[in-house]
Amino acid sequence: MMKRMGVEEKLGLNKFLLDEGNPHIKINKEICRACTGKPCLVACPASLYTLKEEEIGFDYAGCLECGTCRIICPKPGAIDWSYPRGTFGVAYRYG
Amino acid sequence: MSEDRFDVIIVGAGPAGSTAAYILAGAGKEVLLIERGDEPGAKNMTGGRLYGHSLEKIIPGFAQEAPLERRIVKETVSFLTSDTSVSFDLQSELLGSGGKESYSVLRAEFDCWLAKKAEKAGAILVTGIRVDDLFMEEGRVKGVIAGEDIMEAGVVILADGVNSLLAQKIGMKQELKPHQAAVGAKEIIELPGEVIEDRFNLHEGEGAARLFVGDCTKGRIGGGFLYTNKKSISLGLVFTLSDLQSWEKTVPEMVEDFKHHPAVSPLIKGGRTLEYSAHLVPEAGYSMIPKLYGDGVVVVGDAAGFVINIGYMVRGMDLAIASGEAAAKAIISAHDVYTTQALSRYRKLLEESFVIRDLKQYSKFPAFLNNKRIFNEYPQLIAELMTDFFSVDGSPVPPMMKRILKPVKKVGLMKVASDVWKGVRAL
Ligand SMILES: Cc1cc2nc3c(=O)[nH]c(=O)nc-3n(C[C@H](O)[C@H](O)[C@H](O)COP(=O)(O)OP(=O)(O)OC[C@H]3O[C@@H](n4cnc5c(N)ncnc54)[C@H](O)[C@@H]3O)c2cc1C
Ligand code: SF4
Ligand code: SF4
Repeated sequence: MMKRMGVEEKLGLNKFLLDEGNPHIKINKEICRACTGKPCLVACPASLYTLKEEEIGFDYAGCLECGTCRIICPKPGAIDWSYPRGTFGVAYRYG
Repeated sequence: MSEDRFDVIIVGAGPAGSTAAYILAGAGKEVLLIERGDEPGAKNMTGGRLYGHSLEKIIPGFAQEAPLERRIVKETVSFLTSDTSVSFDLQSELLGSGGKESYSVLRAEFDCWLAKKAEKAGAILVTGIRVDDLFMEEGRVKGVIAGEDIMEAGVVILADGVNSLLAQKIGMKQELKPHQAAVGAKEIIELPGEVIEDRFNLHEGEGAARLFVGDCTKGRIGGGFLYTNKKSISLGLVFTLSDLQSWEKTVPEMVEDFKHHPAVSPLIKGGRTLEYSAHLVPEAGYSMIPKLYGDGVVVVGDAAGFVINIGYMVRGMDLAIASGEAAAKAIISAHDVYTTQALSRYRKLLEESFVIRDLKQYSKFPAFLNNKRIFNEYPQLIAELMTDFFSVDGSPVPPMMKRILKPVKKVGLMKVASDVWKGVRAL
């Protein structure tokens, strides 16, 4: 039987160049507090949105730059989204 | 005025952008192709299959030189319940010949190759640069802005993919809505070539494509895909965002469940995951085509929503390539006057090509897929029916008609008839 892989393990296989201290996606936790569905939690394919004691947390390291969170988020202004600066972020070796 | 004035600046070195660059440079235009990834393809992922027809027209015999994985000769569609899989399987030499060739591809290599073709034709390729904005003057696009730099051009081609933040910024396109996009998540799983050929019943160089409907998305709108590469398998799931709002499981967990499905796990047994990727697919097709051209600007490929997703077939790369070609031809015939009027020829060329024709043809399909029965009741129905047909346990065998009608009645005879009718009409 194959072993189940966790998302960290999956992301650990990818090549990334992190733009330290320069997040390309920022969230406004105030707005998130009023969000009931919080679809970002399930939809982000890298599971970078997490819930701790009712509060949304987000880490841009590991982002696959897909855009899912920006589109699925129902609250305008909650997510400030852009691509990482040139050369930073994920670099697919296969794609 | 800056000194770097180009005839054409193209944002994005995916198939749409590189094709346009290749044709324009070949026609003697000064072309700048800008890509934010370190290499073309470094940011890109696809399910896995390029229908070759549109590239063949532009680069005849491209399959001899392009880094393609396998020529697809086998198509399988499987309906899944949690414990059962019913498949429709087609293997034919005719699939992979006579202009109908399709190939599995890996984008990191493929996009690099196509961008290099554009470079060899004379385009200037710069990588690792993110275009932040369009440079506008008197209401028309005059170039691009990247960091502190302004680069000017007669016309800018937006080939920046599904998110196309640039087309949104200048109001040519609305932000995507959750029902207009799907997210795909995929793993590359390494396996020796001979194992792939044995497992999928293929000769050397031949490939298989498989699509899965039902349990893999737990009955939500979407599906699973598998493409064989030379020495790996591309395996993934696609979910329409509007149907992904309230789930018990996350997308990567669903991918893991899919890998462990009894019909899938034997196919990837012994394989090692090499990479995990995700990307959006524009889904609304004909109904979401944005403004395609304006003063000094045209939009091509995924940025224009040119994708056909009809469940058993996803086509985006062949449309991206053909739209890049149409844009290049419209620009060449505009003779350095890039007004809205002159660039309207782009739309005309698209309408004359298969791009708009096929998008129109399948325009009812996204609405048809909105029917949840396709992803829930029908895989269940087919599985029950087929399991019943092939089961022998010594108990009395009911007449054939009764056996067929039993699972059909669970869904409702009229509903099934009407869904079949709608499905046929949508295609
Ligand atoms: C899961 C999945 C499965 C698919 N399966 C298939 C399939 O089997 N067959 C098929 O034909 N199609 C398939 N598609 C669709 C296909 O991948 C796309 O339609 C195709 O890649 C579109 O090409 P493009 O050149 O328009 O855009 P892209 O390939 O997305 O290229 C856009 C380029 O622009 C660059 N870029 C973006 N913004 C900027 C910026 N600001 N500055 C500089 N560069 C920028 C990006 O880095 C990228 O290189 C699939 C898609 C997905 C997600
Ligand atoms: S969906 Fe948007 S508003 Fe809701 S929790 Fe997530 S980021 Fe915040
Ligand atoms: S862009 Fe995609 S991978 Fe990155 S945080 Fe948003 S949903 Fe997650």
